[in-house]
Amino acid sequence: MADIQSPVPGTFYQKPSPEDAPFKTDGDAVKTGDTIGLVEVMKSFIEVLAEADGTFGGYSADNEAAVSAGDVLATLK
Amino acid sequence: MSIQRLFIANRGEIAVRIVRAAKSLGIHTIQAHSEADADMLAVRMADEAVCIGPAQAAKSYLDVDAVVQAAKEAGADAVHPGYGFLAESPKFARAIEDAGMIFVGPSADTIQSMGDKVSARQVADTAGVPVVPGSDGRVDDMDEAARIAERIGYPVMIKASAGGGGRGIRIAETADELAKFAPQARQEAQAAFGDGGIYIEKVIREPRHIEVQIMGDGKRAVHCFERECSLQRRRQKVWEEAPAFKLPEATRQAMCNAAVDLAEAVEYRGAGTVEYLYDAKADKFYFIEMNTRIQVEHPVTEMITGLDLVALMIRVAGGEALPVTQDDIKLNGHAIEVRLNAEDPLKKFMPFPGVVGKLDLPESDGIRVDHFLYEGYQIPPFYDSLIGKLIVHADTREAAIEKMAGALDTIEIGGLKTTIPLHKALAQSADVRAGRIHTQWLEPWLDAGNLEGQTGGAS
Repeated sequence: MADIQSPVPGTFYQKPSPEDAPFKTDGDAVKTGDTIGLVEVMKSFIEVLAEADGTFGGYSADNEAAVSAGDVLATLK
Repeated sequence: MSIQRLFIANRGEIAVRIVRAAKSLGIHTIQAHSEADADMLAVRMADEAVCIGPAQAAKSYLDVDAVVQAAKEAGADAVHPGYGFLAESPKFARAIEDAGMIFVGPSADTIQSMGDKVSARQVADTAGVPVVPGSDGRVDDMDEAARIAERIGYPVMIKASAGGGGRGIRIAETADELAKFAPQARQEAQAAFGDGGIYIEKVIREPRHIEVQIMGDGKRAVHCFERECSLQRRRQKVWEEAPAFKLPEATRQAMCNAAVDLAEAVEYRGAGTVEYLYDAKADKFYFIEMNTRIQVEHPVTEMITGLDLVALMIRVAGGEALPVTQDDIKLNGHAIEVRLNAEDPLKKFMPFPGVVGKLDLPESDGIRVDHFLYEGYQIPPFYDSLIGKLIVHADTREAAIEKMAGALDTIEIGGLKTTIPLHKALAQSADVRAGRIHTQWLEPWLDAGNLEGQTGGAS
């Protein structure tokens, strides 16, 4: 298991826009550098990138949740 | 003064500014805040504070029903919207009035007519204010668009009549490009704003952004001279001055008088700003839009006129006639404001919402800092990155730039990355010092690496 942490504090989004599907779903193959979510910080959107290859194990933070830097947003199997 | 209890429906430095102005008038202040803003400075300073919802602005500061309900329950008789959020929402202004309270600003109808770019342009044109040559209102027929472009000359700008923030804008250099881009702009406007209306405007090369501060009481209006806001990054102003530099006196008079004419034509009440593009080569100015609120950069006008614009807007909202005439308002010296944002200018302006460490703000004669900081304060990540403004005043522009450079060297805001290194570099720039700038100047200057070079790259 590897954790994907938030690089900044802000609001976490699992989807690129409200109408879209989440970036990843459980069991998806994940490659290093894949976008798994967005964190909105001071009206800027920062992409959250996977830092390792693996299989997506699910989101740990809710969509639109307030998160702190270092909070676990998702896990890799 | 009919206003006894003022509800402040905003946050950050402008909330602090409004609390101060209201207290100077002896008015009881009620500060609205989100759950994330419970410990902000304006909450500590106000007489009362009310939570209006969760951290997300859409569920608190932008929620018309929540704000109106909170103001009513707090027994407010007036609501100050600040800038941003609901400050230019006609729906909000109307809801405040329908609930029996005073909206500190112009009427909902005035906000509405100035909020739509096409109708604002028509109102300005009718009032005799020069507008950028272009279509008279929205264009739906593409043959008509081509004829207009031919008449005003290429290049032309294709803009969405709704919305803002630069979305839906295309520049066509030729008739072929217009035929290609206009349908794209319509589609983008339809998707973004639910309205595919576009209009066409002549492109002004290397324009300067000059705006006139006006104040009205619903009948009479005055101007408080102009501001130069040409230093912009991503259409956001970063450094503002008053007055504009190297502006012929006749042009200044014409700009200011036109702004007063427009304000009186719409029976303007409160503080407002008439924005122009200025073509320095041709010495021509053109109306672009009117902002129906107090603006971030209002302190430079206060520094050169000695007026308290926020107190004035509260007084006229309370039913007073303007207490000043045009002859009372004198231009004195030169003022510059720089915006202090919690961003790292050396890392592509990445936001930096940290905890405020040691704070040393050089406030003294001719130096003013408007902010909402205190040591130990956690800047919330949910709102924009403006944490304060440094404003200086001196006899001349050269002296003001020197004073700004000195103040930037002594100011200390620990714990955060801020845009101070950007402003230090700008204060040393030969182009800025000589006034060789326009709205398209800053971004290429940043892209050329000027910031890295001047902020310690050698050390």
